[in-house]
Amino acid sequence: MSELRDLYQQLVLDHGRHPRNKHAMDQCADGAQCCHTEGYNPLCGDKLTLYAKVRGDVIEDLSFEGEGCAIFTASTSMLTEVLKGRKVSEIRGILDEFLEMLTSGEKEPDPEGLGKLAVFGGVKDFPARVKCATLPWRALEIILESVDGDTVAGSPVATEDD
Amino acid sequence: MKNTATRQAWKTDFPVFADRNLVFLDSAASAQKPAVVLDAMREFDAHSYANIHRGVYKLSETATAAYEGARAKVGTFLGAASEREIIFTRGATEAVNLVANSFARPRLAPGDEILITHLEHHANIVPWQLVCEQTGAVLKVAPITDRGEVDLEAFASLLGPRTRLAAFAHVSNALGTVNPVTEMTAMAHAQGVPVLVDGAQAVPHLPVDVQEIGCDFYVFSGHKLYGPTGIGALYGKQEHLEAMPPWQGGGDMILSVTFAGTTYAPAPGKFEAGTPNITGAVGLGAAIDYLEGLGWPAITAHQEDLQAHAEPLLRGIDGLRLIGEPTRRAGLFSFVMDGIHPHDVGTFLAAENIAVRSGHHCAQPVMERFGVPATTRASVGLYNTREDLDALHAALLRMKEFFDA
Ligand SMILES: Cc1ncc(COP(=O)(O)O)c(C=O)c1O
Repeated sequence: MSELRDLYQQLVLDHGRHPRNKHAMDQCADGAQCCHTEGYNPLCGDKLTLYAKVRGDVIEDLSFEGEGCAIFTASTSMLTEVLKGRKVSEIRGILDEFLEMLTSGEKEPDPEGLGKLAVFGGVKDFPARVKCATLPWRALEIILESVDGDTVAGSPVATEDD
Repeated sequence: MKNTATRQAWKTDFPVFADRNLVFLDSAASAQKPAVVLDAMREFDAHSYANIHRGVYKLSETATAAYEGARAKVGTFLGAASEREIIFTRGATEAVNLVANSFARPRLAPGDEILITHLEHHANIVPWQLVCEQTGAVLKVAPITDRGEVDLEAFASLLGPRTRLAAFAHVSNALGTVNPVTEMTAMAHAQGVPVLVDGAQAVPHLPVDVQEIGCDFYVFSGHKLYGPTGIGALYGKQEHLEAMPPWQGGGDMILSVTFAGTTYAPAPGKFEAGTPNITGAVGLGAAIDYLEGLGWPAITAHQEDLQAHAEPLLRGIDGLRLIGEPTRRAGLFSFVMDGIHPHDVGTFLAAENIAVRSGHHCAQPVMERFGVPATTRASVGLYNTREDLDALHAALLRMKEFFDA
């Protein structure tokens, strides 16, 4: 039961039940670059469209549409909440740290750097659930790549090959 | 409870339960193995093993006898007219692919049709899609009702002059539905359409008689029948097997090979190229012996008792919706919970030592039909008890509280 509590911390349950920024994003007309990318998790049916509004080196806005489990929903919701308005370079650092926390298993997470995103640290003990938490972050990776170049993101990301 | 002692005894036949507190409700994915199966395989490997059909020495003869003996057991188990109608495969999936490639493909012209149903496992969908792509044939799908049963009228109307084969599950792995396969086979045969029945989920729960069903092909996997993985069987009517070309080429499936040409062995050898899973076949034979030792009346009574116990428990949980409410059900319940994703259900139950499956169960069209991304599936086997289902029930109630749903 206590492991479960580590996985489903109150903050996770709250975001899972009441996701923030869950809506589509209109095309932007004011000189910002709006893009979106899709992600899916074929094994459990999680589906995601992640939207970003980028101006210069800042991601001004983030939102999403999609359905999935509590871990997935909370991870996506908190991603949008925490990263909104931040610089791309800063976001890239958080992204790396978040993925490292969930996938490497070696380095202790740095709760300072991740802030409240550190609540997902418990997911590591549930290997089958890691993909639920990382899916929106993988989608974000694609968006960041497209911010680097001139292309607008489009190719979907899947957390499973099959 | 009547027979509690017997069921507890069945449970102790399975070593996996000896050293842990486990409520195993995922037999539809793969069943646990009783000690007699594990012992038979170990004994065979340790003392009777050699390659089959080749050596003239004693060990090869005993191995061949064991392998062919297992074939005879499968034949009797399915009610085949002869054990020559039984081909060993890696499992149900390979058996369907064999029929798709060896039976269907040569008969398919552009515009011809293969008829399946909406409740099939991907193993009974994708092989047909592949041969359709290769031949220009068209895959037709009979719809299912809101209860999760095949719409028989629609099924009948989809059997047409271009239908070359009908393929459907005996029991749905995603809904638990028992299809009226005898009736469906008769409907197909009335239109001159041969039939393949996917029995992967049926063989652990119902006595099967392929001659009574009348089907042309029947497939199943050993690992869902308390046997090992990597072994399964295809039953095919002898007249078909004789007429079908081999699928894979190699050793063991020939009479003679020259560079001018090769003469194939008669069935079943023709379809068993290469060294087969000899020990797996022995294990499957032992699993069948085990089941027959328990006897079908006791097995079906046990399963019906568990189902009758589970159904009101599940229905009594507020916010739980059963996916599939067939009149005849075999061995499993699929459900979704209001406000709790199946994946979270699975994780919560796992933390309580209850093993269920959450996902699309390799039946994505079923999920789409019922408008859910996934379900949680609880499936029972010989080792389950009413107490296991009580444990599931209690855990689901605790889970609702945990997630405040
Ligand atoms: C109805 C049905 N058909 C076919 C299969 C495929 O069986 P296997 O993976 O053993 O080949 C399964 C297994 O899940 C099944 O449930």
